[in-house]
Amino acid sequence: MSAVVSPRAAVADEAVLVARDLAKSFGGVHAVQGVSFSVEAGRMVALIGPNGAGKTTCFNMLGGQLKPDRGEVILAGQAITGLKPRRVWRLGVGRTFQITATFTSMTVRENVQMALISQEDGVWNPFRPARTRHVAAADALLAQVGMREQAERACGVLAYGDLKRVELAVALANRPKLLLMDEPTAGMAPRERVELMALTARIAAQEQIAVLFTEHDMDVVFAHSDRVIVLDRGRLIADGTAEAVRQDPQVRAVYLGSGATSGGH
Amino acid sequence: MLAAPSLVRAQGAGSIKIGEINSYTAQPAFLKPYRQGWELALEQVNAGGGVLGRKIETIFRDDAGKPEDAVRHAGDLINAEKVDLLSGGFLSNVGLALTDFALQNKRLYAASEPLSDALVWAKGNRYTFRLRPSTYMQAAMLVEEAAKLKARKWALVAPNYEYGQSSIKWFKELLKKARPDVEFVAEQYPALGRIDAGATVQALEASKPEAIFNVTFAVDLTNLVRQGNTRGLFEGRDVVSMLTGEPEYLDPLGAETPTGWIVTGYPHADLATPEHVKFRDAYKAKYNDYPRLGSVVGFDTMNSIAAALAKAGTTDNEKLIDAMEGLKFPSAFGSAEYRAIDHQSTLGAFVGKTALKDGKGVMVDWRYADGAKYLPSDDVVKTMRPAG
Amino acid sequence: MFDLILTQTLNGLASASSLFLVASGLSIIFGVTRIVNFAHGSLYMLGAYIGWTLVTWLGPTSGLGFWGGVGLAALLVAIIGVVIEVAILRRIYQAPELFQLLATFGVVLMIQDIALATWGAEDKLGPRAPGFKSFVILFDNRFPTYELLLIAIGPLVLALLWFLFQKTRWGTLVRAATQDREMVAALGVNQRLLFTSVFAFGAGLAGLGGALQLPREAATLHMDLSMISEAFVVVVVGGLGSVTGAYLAAVLIGILHAFGILIFPKITLVLVFLVMAVVLVVKPYGLMGRRPVGAARGTATAEPLLRPADRAAKLAGLVALILLAAAPLVTPDYLLLTLTELVIFALFAASLHFMMGPGGMASFGHAAYFGLGAYGAALAVKWLGAPMEPALIFAPFLAGIAGVVFGWFCVRLSGVYLAMLTLAFAQIAWATAFQWVELTGGDNGILGVWPSHWAVSKTAFYYLALAICAACVVLLRVMVFSPLGYALRAARDNPLRTEAIGIDTMRVQWVAFTIAAFAAGIAGALFAFFKGSVFPTYMAIPRSVDALLMVLLGGVQTVSGPIVGAFAYAGLSEQLMKMTMYWRFTLGLSIVLLVVLFPRGLVGGFLALRERRDRSDKDGAVVTRLATEGAP
Repeated sequence: MSAVVSPRAAVADEAVLVARDLAKSFGGVHAVQGVSFSVEAGRMVALIGPNGAGKTTCFNMLGGQLKPDRGEVILAGQAITGLKPRRVWRLGVGRTFQITATFTSMTVRENVQMALISQEDGVWNPFRPARTRHVAAADALLAQVGMREQAERACGVLAYGDLKRVELAVALANRPKLLLMDEPTAGMAPRERVELMALTARIAAQEQIAVLFTEHDMDVVFAHSDRVIVLDRGRLIADGTAEAVRQDPQVRAVYLGSGATSGGH
Repeated sequence: MLAAPSLVRAQGAGSIKIGEINSYTAQPAFLKPYRQGWELALEQVNAGGGVLGRKIETIFRDDAGKPEDAVRHAGDLINAEKVDLLSGGFLSNVGLALTDFALQNKRLYAASEPLSDALVWAKGNRYTFRLRPSTYMQAAMLVEEAAKLKARKWALVAPNYEYGQSSIKWFKELLKKARPDVEFVAEQYPALGRIDAGATVQALEASKPEAIFNVTFAVDLTNLVRQGNTRGLFEGRDVVSMLTGEPEYLDPLGAETPTGWIVTGYPHADLATPEHVKFRDAYKAKYNDYPRLGSVVGFDTMNSIAAALAKAGTTDNEKLIDAMEGLKFPSAFGSAEYRAIDHQSTLGAFVGKTALKDGKGVMVDWRYADGAKYLPSDDVVKTMRPAG
Repeated sequence: MFDLILTQTLNGLASASSLFLVASGLSIIFGVTRIVNFAHGSLYMLGAYIGWTLVTWLGPTSGLGFWGGVGLAALLVAIIGVVIEVAILRRIYQAPELFQLLATFGVVLMIQDIALATWGAEDKLGPRAPGFKSFVILFDNRFPTYELLLIAIGPLVLALLWFLFQKTRWGTLVRAATQDREMVAALGVNQRLLFTSVFAFGAGLAGLGGALQLPREAATLHMDLSMISEAFVVVVVGGLGSVTGAYLAAVLIGILHAFGILIFPKITLVLVFLVMAVVLVVKPYGLMGRRPVGAARGTATAEPLLRPADRAAKLAGLVALILLAAAPLVTPDYLLLTLTELVIFALFAASLHFMMGPGGMASFGHAAYFGLGAYGAALAVKWLGAPMEPALIFAPFLAGIAGVVFGWFCVRLSGVYLAMLTLAFAQIAWATAFQWVELTGGDNGILGVWPSHWAVSKTAFYYLALAICAACVVLLRVMVFSPLGYALRAARDNPLRTEAIGIDTMRVQWVAFTIAAFAAGIAGALFAFFKGSVFPTYMAIPRSVDALLMVLLGGVQTVSGPIVGAFAYAGLSEQLMKMTMYWRFTLGLSIVLLVVLFPRGLVGGFLALRERRDRSDKDGAVVTRLATEGAP
């Protein structure tokens, strides 16, 4: 995918994202301590763990919201460690947030247009009407997530599940190599969850996007992930297929066995 | 076309209109009496048949203490209300804005109260006249007294704006000329209306002066005096103070009034000249209150305008100005004159000492300082007034 | 020397006490209700005047008369607070952020005239406090015993407040509401009662602060505005909602004043604002403040959609412009002066709106750029001998450059902190113009800034102003709907998302800040030539407040709001000033009424009305469509 293939990327073998030995502490509390993993193109990888395991910290280091104390983040062979979120985005990382982050004073379409404008023209043009920019592209993205019908509605009045879809469309706007989704289905009804994740998986496969997501709902995790990475107290304790992780005794002990979330099976 | 009737009324009524702009809401302590004095004079003039066979009418406008608002009113007054001339102004910057406006619009402006020297000198022009004794004149009156004192080490305190700074400048310059042996050991410039009195008093005290020259007035003065009295700042020291004898600023001090300060002001209760008694009686009869200095300024400004109109025989501004140069007019303090050389009137002020009488502040040992005697020589004035 | 340092420290502590009382009330009110209470200085003033009346009446010589009067004054002011809260503020809590400021400003104006009518123009010097009339010798200096009492009252009140907040249920609620409003709402607390009681309590503290000043300062009609700006500084320097912070800041400001007098006697005007600027740059949330929980604008206060003008609105705009252009043909000459001023103010308001509406950056100091534009023009005329045309071009660059410099600091903050930093910079600019007499002429200003010969006539200058202002307003409007304007709105709506789609939010805001400053500079330059002179008042606080009022009155979240607001506010105040000497009361009352009737601003109210009408037409259709689609 990437035009420039560095020697490192060759080692990582098709990995779009490589996290190496990431660590972050907040005043004495070691939130993440030496975590390494990779995500390949077109794959859905779930990052799970009990509350406080370091998932969101990990995410924020990947997305640029936090600067790691140690370790590196490599995107398609290029080190992006410690870059600002806006730089990380430009290099091909789309992001959705635990609490949906959209522009409430804009319509659904305008939200996507904003991302497209940022991607294609830059935002420094003070004259050309923004509404007329990239309408078709925006609508195509909205169609992809099933929000085309509601393109003219204000984001401020949307249902929560719809907001998540808009966010997904926005995250897809710059044709990312990697999609980071923090709790993409939080606050949604069970049926909505399944639909959203199926949609994401379909898009990921189609566009060959690597997807890394955190999730509390184990049904979602086991149904939609190609691989599962388990964190516990800032350390990586398992990394494998859903089935392998489910059988892992350590995971069962610290995670599933704790009864912290609905195992289901 | 709908506007026509009012225009017809304005011109057809035949009254002479004066547009009077002042900071009525921002400086009510001075300007309420001012307006009353003005209206008293207006009533008297009109009762006597007006001037030129026409009544005088005044349109009052409040500039809220902002020069830009004063300029707006001025434009509105001459264009919409078709006034014949402008008057008023309390703050120096408002006065200067109107001065410049008068020049630009070739309209007479009778500045009543603003004290800035620039009004008649540096920025003076053909269209502007001023009634009150200027900063220079009042400083000169006090320097005359200050020079007689034994004190050599002076501390100075003045509000931080042009009036305060100019007063200090003239006081230092003139006193140094009269008494080369004096030195100035401290200068304090509290923000106007926001003095931090305790700290200011302490800072003055720390310089151990033998005498103090004060320019603060109104609430700054009141607060300075209370803190100064408690902390003993004024004990055993001479104090020379601008405007403090004016009832506007003396009365709020009440029992707190410091005694023995050398001040400029207005001894309204004791001044027994026939002109003043007549004025005071009329004022008391109309308002059931004693006149303040503002009342005199309003009264005199109005009367001087009436005198100018009568002398010119017309409302034509150019002729009116010619008439006003050298015009002698009646005042509550006796006769005064608008000097031809710089358009400053020779109205004076009273110089005396403060004292306590029945728990109230009064002026004693006062004398009238005729403004004509406290102005620089004509040659000096010419160099200071580029407009000629 | 050492004596002096100790004495000045005590002086600083004494003047800190009243400041603290007022500021802590302001801070508590803001913390719970999020109201920036402009009328807090007026409550302080009322405390002083009512205290004066009561003490004089009850007998100032007896301890009971004096202290009873002081206490009663505080109580009465608290009741006045209840009246203000129940009659006005309660009706507009749902209005957009800062809108309540407009109402409280109306109250300020009304109280000014009420106080003048009630107590007259003369300053009222209160009696000395029984038992505290004299002095003690401290460090070889006489020190008033009353000042010592005040020094003690500060920490005493602080301790009482601490006890109240830590040990009572009411205090706990106040603390909780300060930290997280939604949470308290969720707890099912009677919010109305909480808000009213908090407002009354804060008002009472202000009243107490005013009454306690009586033995050391005369009550005057100016004490409201001089107190409010310092109280704001104290609240912000201390950290919003932090009472301890307010005490520290009050002490800091008091002591700085006392020592500033010794070291830089002329700088007292601006010292507090310099301190505030430094504190905010170093500690963006004040000394004791914490970053507010959650975004300043949560989902609860979603901004309404901003739509480009439809055909009807465009037509209305065009008609308005044609009417303005045709005005010289039909209106009498003198009306042109009024119109010229209104047109200039419309641009001034529109420039503030650009950063405040789409940018979400409210400025309490926008007059700085208006004033710098005016001074730019005047300085070019005075020192470079420039004619009007080049001066008009040069002037906005002075404002724009100031915008670049000040804006760089301001965009690092948000909300009220940002607004207060703009105020600090404006005061610094003002003080520079005021104090740098050699360059600017000080408060006497620069005279003789008249237009070129061809533009001297009223009609010519009106057309010049109209052409420039209309072009600039249209340009600002175009910008709102451009990618830059969208990015600006994006940064306001959700900075996290904005950064996550590759946009440098601070830089976008910085550019917008500069554009707003530049546009205000254009308005200021025109104003200078219109008036023929410039003065420091052009960049003083009242002018900044004027701009804020115009924008709020018109409606922050509408693009044409500021223009309507400018015409409404400036037009109204101008007419009222002509009609009555009690224009302040009338104007204040009008503002309060407008605020209560149109809580989204004039244009906002109009749009809401239209939307409701439209919705009643379409609503049925939308509901059925959504129902058939069901959950996707």
